[in-house]
Amino acid sequence: MKALCWQGVDELTVEQVPDPGIMNAQDAIVKVIASTTCGSDLHLLGGYIPMMKSGDVIGHEFIGEVVEVGSEVRRRRPGERVVVCSIIGCGRCWPCRHDMWSLCENSNPTAGITDLLWGGSTAGIYGYSHAMGGFRGSHAEYIRVPFADHNAFPVPDDVDDMDALFASDAVPTGWMGADLGGVRPGDVVAVWGCGGVGQMAARAAVLLGAERVIAIDRYPERLRMVERQAGCEAIDYTATDVDAELRERTGGRGPDVCIEAVGLEADSAGPMRVYDEVKQQLHLEQDRPIAVREAIHACRKGGTVFVLGVFTGFVDKFPLGALMNKGLTLRGAQQHGQRYIPMLLDRISRGELRPAQLATHTMTLDDGPRGYDMFKHKKDGCVRVVFRP
Amino acid sequence: MKRVVFGAATLLATGAAVARWLASRGRAPAAVRDPRESLRWLGVTINLPREEVMPDGAPPQPLARLDAEVRAERAPGDRGTELYARPRRAVPTGPMAVLARLRGTDPRQEVRKALRDAKSILETGEVLRPEPESVRVHGRASAVRKAKTTPTAPKARTESVAQPVRTEQTGERRQPGLRDRVLTLAARRAPGEGRL
Repeated sequence: MKALCWQGVDELTVEQVPDPGIMNAQDAIVKVIASTTCGSDLHLLGGYIPMMKSGDVIGHEFIGEVVEVGSEVRRRRPGERVVVCSIIGCGRCWPCRHDMWSLCENSNPTAGITDLLWGGSTAGIYGYSHAMGGFRGSHAEYIRVPFADHNAFPVPDDVDDMDALFASDAVPTGWMGADLGGVRPGDVVAVWGCGGVGQMAARAAVLLGAERVIAIDRYPERLRMVERQAGCEAIDYTATDVDAELRERTGGRGPDVCIEAVGLEADSAGPMRVYDEVKQQLHLEQDRPIAVREAIHACRKGGTVFVLGVFTGFVDKFPLGALMNKGLTLRGAQQHGQRYIPMLLDRISRGELRPAQLATHTMTLDDGPRGYDMFKHKKDGCVRVVFRP
Repeated sequence: MKRVVFGAATLLATGAAVARWLASRGRAPAAVRDPRESLRWLGVTINLPREEVMPDGAPPQPLARLDAEVRAERAPGDRGTELYARPRRAVPTGPMAVLARLRGTDPRQEVRKALRDAKSILETGEVLRPEPESVRVHGRASAVRKAKTTPTAPKARTESVAQPVRTEQTGERRQPGLRDRVLTLAARRAPGEGRL
């Protein structure tokens, strides 16, 4: 089958690779209908995520049709149109039973690596390095879905492919940031980053009752999009002092909940960008936590900061003093998508969420490298590229 | 390949020398100088009651096949059962433990793997098998197509090639560094084991 493969830093190729097969009795094979780029893929492309190997198939956010199931699959059937959560959960370990699916203890065959890196193993993720299980990704014609009964969700007939596609990752990730960030009616919420996840986090905050939601980015088209689609305010961080702007808009308090949806390659208009870039390139820190620093500094006393962006290792100049003395709550997680996907499909069906608007470009897999070039460099107003194999 | 082997050998030799020096000055990490290290139990917590983890007191597979002591205790709260095991035979300590682990000869390694597998079998009924690494399919019906993510990359794919060829990159570039090499070396022995 055809697949988009990582070959090295900033190098992708379209390859013919062997078709996937049933390897465990609870597996399903899904024919991919649509698969989208995700901002976290850019960390793979840039070489920031360890344990990638030449030839790895990337992509983790997708929908498809079940074409084959293993002997122990009970709830899924061939022919079903399903959205598959990008994080793999077994559904029966203690974290899965408690709806913390990205902490699954049985879905990562190479759990020892994350155990060594982080002091605890995490769930498997499609197309996201051999530290996360080495599963082949979704930018392919077919994909193996382990523990299919727990990870593949039937798509209602009235939800179209493009809306359902983003229920795989961007929508539940954004929703989780607002939900676990503790957004309550009347809150002021700030969201750093207006990519797919940031836009969905902003919309989730609105739906959870936030009185004001303020989104921060530097790309005008993304800021206009989040104003129009999510119903929130926007700040261009290249045009103003974000911290001062947030204080002015909140009576000097700062936002109640700050959601960071940027990740380890954060940018800045100030000198910190250069400082962090130098340290990162010298391997004196793995990640650039610029948006996290800003969020902690801007957050109101006693507020919550939720880290949705992907980080891998150690950072420098972490404002622990502000965190402690302002009494903040800091949380973070890869998405617990299985907890939210059925509810989110219902909301999409009712028209409360319209994630299809994120799909600014649609291509075939053959155009995968060009699609990632557009996505990485935000060409032509690109927010997400969707590949239809 | 020679560079990798040379680098790994240098890393190991330096590590052993530093560990020995630290030990001689009484500054070794607690894990290295702890006399209990060789007796320590390795454990996983299984989301099932004790009677399902060790029915009739028999250790679960694949732990039962190992020459290991096994015990189980009720976990606090609703967390199920803590399953512990440790090898009966002597285990290496200090810097030798590091070398043994990298060589794959530390008896704790198979105990760690067996504990994880036992947990997975008890909770889900099977151990998830890793997928084979992607291998290109060559031949007439499987042409390899290639393009770059660089801004200057042409839209059209190039003809079939056997090996990827790098071209000039105009954006920022970063090559996998020492961290990846060390992780790769460690991971050769670590997958499925971790730091239980």
